[in-house]
Amino acid sequence: MIELEGLTKRYGEKVAVNNLSFTVRPGIVTGFLGPNGAGKSTTMRMILGLDHPTAGDVRIDGKHYQQLKDPLTYIGALLEAKAWHGGRTAYNHLLCLAHSNGIPRSRVREVLDTVGLTAVARKKTKGFSMGMGQRLGIAAALLGDPRILMFDEPVNGLDPEGIHWIRTLMKSLAAQGRTVFVSSHLMSEMALTAEHLVVIGQGRLLADTSMADFIARNSRSYVRVRSPQRERLLDVLHQAGIVAVESGDGVLEVDGGKAEHIGELASQHRITLHELSPQQASLEEAFMQLTAESVEYHAHSETRPEPPRQQQWGEGWKRG
Amino acid sequence: MSSPQPQMSQAAPSWEAAPGSPYPGYTSPIPVVRTHLGHAIASEWTKIRSVRSTMWTLGVFVLLVVGIGTLTGVVVANSDPALEGESPLGLGFFGLLLGSMCIITLGVLTTASEYGTGMVRTTMVACPSRGRVLAAKAIVFFLVAFVVTLVSASLVAFLHVAMLEGDGAKSPSGGEWLKGTVGIAAYVALLGLLSLAVGSIIRHSAGAITIMIGAVLAPLVIALFMFSESLSAVRDALFEYSIPNQLSVFYANSLSQSGPSGWDPLWIILGATAVAFAAAFALLEKRDV
Repeated sequence: MIELEGLTKRYGEKVAVNNLSFTVRPGIVTGFLGPNGAGKSTTMRMILGLDHPTAGDVRIDGKHYQQLKDPLTYIGALLEAKAWHGGRTAYNHLLCLAHSNGIPRSRVREVLDTVGLTAVARKKTKGFSMGMGQRLGIAAALLGDPRILMFDEPVNGLDPEGIHWIRTLMKSLAAQGRTVFVSSHLMSEMALTAEHLVVIGQGRLLADTSMADFIARNSRSYVRVRSPQRERLLDVLHQAGIVAVESGDGVLEVDGGKAEHIGELASQHRITLHELSPQQASLEEAFMQLTAESVEYHAHSETRPEPPRQQQWGEGWKRG
Repeated sequence: MSSPQPQMSQAAPSWEAAPGSPYPGYTSPIPVVRTHLGHAIASEWTKIRSVRSTMWTLGVFVLLVVGIGTLTGVVVANSDPALEGESPLGLGFFGLLLGSMCIITLGVLTTASEYGTGMVRTTMVACPSRGRVLAAKAIVFFLVAFVVTLVSASLVAFLHVAMLEGDGAKSPSGGEWLKGTVGIAAYVALLGLLSLAVGSIIRHSAGAITIMIGAVLAPLVIALFMFSESLSAVRDALFEYSIPNQLSVFYANSLSQSGPSGWDPLWIILGATAVAFAAAFALLEKRDV
């Protein structure tokens, strides 16, 4: 369990993390989502006692990080790619960490095996690819068999097989009752792994909710209908009190409608349907809407910043 | 570790059946160890022996000390008026002066290189007590530097005494032996320890090495250019307290008659190192990693 209370970090004038309070619970994967520069890594560094908070408090199972005597058995962290000396072998790197926490030497072999680096255990890490680097970082996180795991952008640089592996790993770690806290800037990635979601933007908490709730609340669901007898269908729907919106190419969209209901209506009135499909707007879009105001580094293709343009862009994404 | 596939179908996940703790969750079968300084020292020992820069700096150090020492011995033994009643131990000075650069470099790298590679975050996550990390680094480095310097300096000392025995050199007294081996080794190792503290303060390898080499050379060079009479007192002080002159005091052939003598240089470097460590400890606690 990780508990944050009013956590704040200021660098001079700039507020990187602003009054952040939330709890990361055991047994599930909690996604930590935010655009680049939202303060995710700063928050994680404060959890690990690397950065001192300007204000507020963060506790690991009720203790400050500094109070942990054998921290690797409490919390394992993958912080950033390649946080090690490139001239050291993978085995020796993990051995240094094992020694510092009194972890038996045999664990080094075990975690190297878990992440699939046994074959290169005696190779210097500077020759490692980005994916191998991520795997070594994950091995270091797993070394103490900790109750809490924290991964900062773990899928970065992994190939599809690696991404699948890390997803499965995170879910199985959570299923064993561990606390798993994973940051990402990709909503789609989180939707596949996380059960709970914490969203921040410009250091501020934007959402702290279960993934199911987030999806239900933030994504528009609608039914897409196409018919050669469009006018008749519109009349029938209108009589039934269902509002349909035309969206070009003879497609009707029924917001919040039930596909079954529309199908039955059409069949009662002997209307031919060419398409009847329930749709969900993408989570990526919901995420972008949520964080739109707090994105720090906009890519401006035109000189004037205008909110409506963003909406159009989102719409294009949804229908595309 | 085995990572079994998630078993969601379990009726009651085992981790919920842990009523004692207010913080439920996974319990590892690995025995929990209460860590102490010994663990940090074991970790730092593994670190220092598992990188090539240690082998390079210490290898070059031994090469310089023994190589230059042997050459000096050969040259002096073959020159006609050899040492006229002087102790042959002093011939080891040149090699150790140059070799001390290697110890300085290794000292700086022990702390500063972790900042360059990002390893420092991994280190501090594994051991949140930052003071303990610095202390462990200092202990491991000091022992390595002291032992290597002691062995090299002693080897060269025996070599010189053996080479120049019949050449009119006086045979060194017990006190001279102690200063020329243990004394000089302690001084060089402390100089390295000072570099280690500076590396921790500066957090940049090249910057800290430059500062330390400057500290060794600058006073002598500056003194050389102080022609003015009015500055003679300053010039003499710079000369006498420069690190090369302090090194030579251990061989009782100081470049000047006044200034530090006997074991004074050891206390001077000890004081400087203590001050640097106080600053390094304070900054380490205060700064973000």
